[in-house]
Amino acid sequence: MKELLTGNEAIARGAYEAGVKVAAGYPGTPSTEILENASKYKDSMYVEWAPNEKVGFEVAAGAAIGGARAITTMKHVGLNVAADPLMTLSYTGIEGGFVACVADDPGMHSSQNEQDTRRYAIFAKIPVIEPSDSQEAKDYLKAALDISEEFKIPTILRSTTRVSHSRSIVELSDDIKAPKTADFKKDPPRFVPVPAWARGMRLRLEEKLAKMSDAASASPLNRIEWGCRKLGIIAPGIAYQYVKDAFPEASVLKLGWSFPFPDKLIREFAAGVEKLLVVEELEPIIEEHLKFLGIACDGKNFVPAIGELSPDVLKQIKAAYEGRVYSAPKPVAEAAELPARPPVLCPGCPHRGIFAALKNFDIILTGDIGCYSLGVMPPLSKMDTILCMGGGVSMAHGMQKAGNTKKMVGMVGDSTFFHSGITGLLDIAYNKGTSTIIVVDNRITAMTGHQDNPGTGKTLMGEETGVVSIQELGKACGIKRVRTVNPYKMKETYDVLKEEIEADEPSLIVSVAPCPLHVAKRVGSPKKILQDKCKKCGACIKVGCPAIEKAGNTITVNEFLCSGCSICEQTCKFGAIVENI
Amino acid sequence: MNNISDTVSVILCGVGGQGILLGSEITSVAAIEAGFDTKTNEVHGMAQRGGSVLGQIRYGKKVNSPLIASGEAAALASFEAAEAIRYAQFLRPGGLAVVSTQKIVPVTVSTGASKYPDDIEALLRKVFPRLCIIDAAGLAVKSGNIKAANTVILGALSTGLELPVDAWKRAIEKSVKPKFVELNICAFEEGRKAALAAQ
Repeated sequence: MKELLTGNEAIARGAYEAGVKVAAGYPGTPSTEILENASKYKDSMYVEWAPNEKVGFEVAAGAAIGGARAITTMKHVGLNVAADPLMTLSYTGIEGGFVACVADDPGMHSSQNEQDTRRYAIFAKIPVIEPSDSQEAKDYLKAALDISEEFKIPTILRSTTRVSHSRSIVELSDDIKAPKTADFKKDPPRFVPVPAWARGMRLRLEEKLAKMSDAASASPLNRIEWGCRKLGIIAPGIAYQYVKDAFPEASVLKLGWSFPFPDKLIREFAAGVEKLLVVEELEPIIEEHLKFLGIACDGKNFVPAIGELSPDVLKQIKAAYEGRVYSAPKPVAEAAELPARPPVLCPGCPHRGIFAALKNFDIILTGDIGCYSLGVMPPLSKMDTILCMGGGVSMAHGMQKAGNTKKMVGMVGDSTFFHSGITGLLDIAYNKGTSTIIVVDNRITAMTGHQDNPGTGKTLMGEETGVVSIQELGKACGIKRVRTVNPYKMKETYDVLKEEIEADEPSLIVSVAPCPLHVAKRVGSPKKILQDKCKKCGACIKVGCPAIEKAGNTITVNEFLCSGCSICEQTCKFGAIVENI
Repeated sequence: MNNISDTVSVILCGVGGQGILLGSEITSVAAIEAGFDTKTNEVHGMAQRGGSVLGQIRYGKKVNSPLIASGEAAALASFEAAEAIRYAQFLRPGGLAVVSTQKIVPVTVSTGASKYPDDIEALLRKVFPRLCIIDAAGLAVKSGNIKAANTVILGALSTGLELPVDAWKRAIEKSVKPKFVELNICAFEEGRKAALAAQ
């Protein structure tokens, strides 16, 4: 049977067909839907959202060392969090197939950087498999599991935004492998990397790498498509698809298993063409290796290393390579002065209440990754730094200890607090900091599309479970001042913020209100603006709600968009905003 | 050899939350129903929060890239009036632009940071030589429910593509809940009729 699937759906399907027993990960665009879709197969596969990528990686590692097939899923920056277990799992190896499905985001559609996961594969000395469409996403996941078991080594399936989120036709298999349960065989010299044993593992890893290079040369995942021999192009992952459109006449070496580098196949291809061009997204990894092998080629002198590739970029590459001038049709949007339409906090978003209240304080706000990142946008303009998940908590502490004159406030979401905010809070309490930490607890992992977490009381398997208390966790870390606010009540929120910001000791404020998008209901009754009372002061506009519209000099509330949260109503000093009855 | 020239490209655009994903699904299923290889790409994640959204659909004998090159799309359908202009460079000369009259004014306009074009219709006419401006909401209401506005647009879009009407109808049957099939097919026909009359 054939179905139109996204790359992420196809990876999940592949895991099901290949008898994966355990799938664990942490949400992150563009990887999130892999695990969401894997949960469709929960009758045969155990799936879970882990509190962070390191935990998810280790859960899968435990399953695979135990002998079961396992996958872990994350976005590229998530692999930074999971880097510690990654670097040593390559030494110990695994018994059941292990695939880390890592989705890169070239072009940074939804990310804070555009690191290239292939560097990690080389760093950790493990295979990297790169599908170029949904059919390959499914097939290559299965191939990665087989490679993993053959060489007893963890593997990375590296997707990118355009593979994960594009749909294409996939042939589903009826041949569903039954998952094998773990049956751990004790073997300390194999699984315990104390120095004496780790040295042996290090040597065995190098031997595996050499064998895998030969296997990669012979693998159907890597293939030569001979065309005109004047130009040969090496293209891993999605780049292959763009190359096939832009250079239909060229010979192509399609790389689906790009590391360990298939040296024999690369040499055969290089010998068969007059000129060689490497078209790869982001880092010049294949190109550097060709130069290491002493094979002359072009690459990043024509192919941008920054941002994602696209058909337009390929046209530019081709023109430059052929010495022609090419200018793509220019967007008319700029000339037409089209309104900017950046992502914004939704109508009724509880984060808006906290930001509106924080606007009254002259503080430094170190933030985090989540919907509340949008608090940096005008007119809220309240977030001062973002680094990584959990980073806002520890960075507030560091800047405070460095003597920053303004009061430090750190912000983190509920999911990101569980992810890596707890340790920062522990540090503040232990090392006698004075920062105020706000957990904007909307009871869900919202930005990635509403995934459950340890605070929601539900698992990815759809079961009820315990709800962890952020307040109690804060107390257990040693924070004495722990407060809870309802961000829709602006006076109360303001008062609590004032007390805690002025306090000369650390404090934790938990701002609790569920994401209205997730619970799928309005916060309250929609509002309207009484035009005879409106003084056009614009205070309501400054809360940055998409439901408040200004045409000419008239400000109105869009009743379809309004969630009835009343933050604009509480902001209006003239009583001009009322319920729309 | 793969031939790029037989691949047909379609752009759908609008604002996050307008249902671009469903529109893209129906269009791609229609292409599959007509017997074509098909690839699509849509925006997920951060870009969805009220931001500008782009859906790309390509179909043909064998489709390689899921993304569309500038000047290549046979047709463009915009669920929001001004958003059509943001992606106009994708449309090939002579390609059809179907644009909803619906306007969604972004926060940046309310705060005075940017401006919504005063006369959007005039601007659209300047940018798109082959244009069909369509009151999708009005025609959806006429079909029975405002929620079918997207299918009205697809009906208009279908006049710029060579997919059989039957394939579209089968795609609607496969993509919407059974109780909304009749409504959406009616909305599709309204859109198609309006677009044919306007061209």
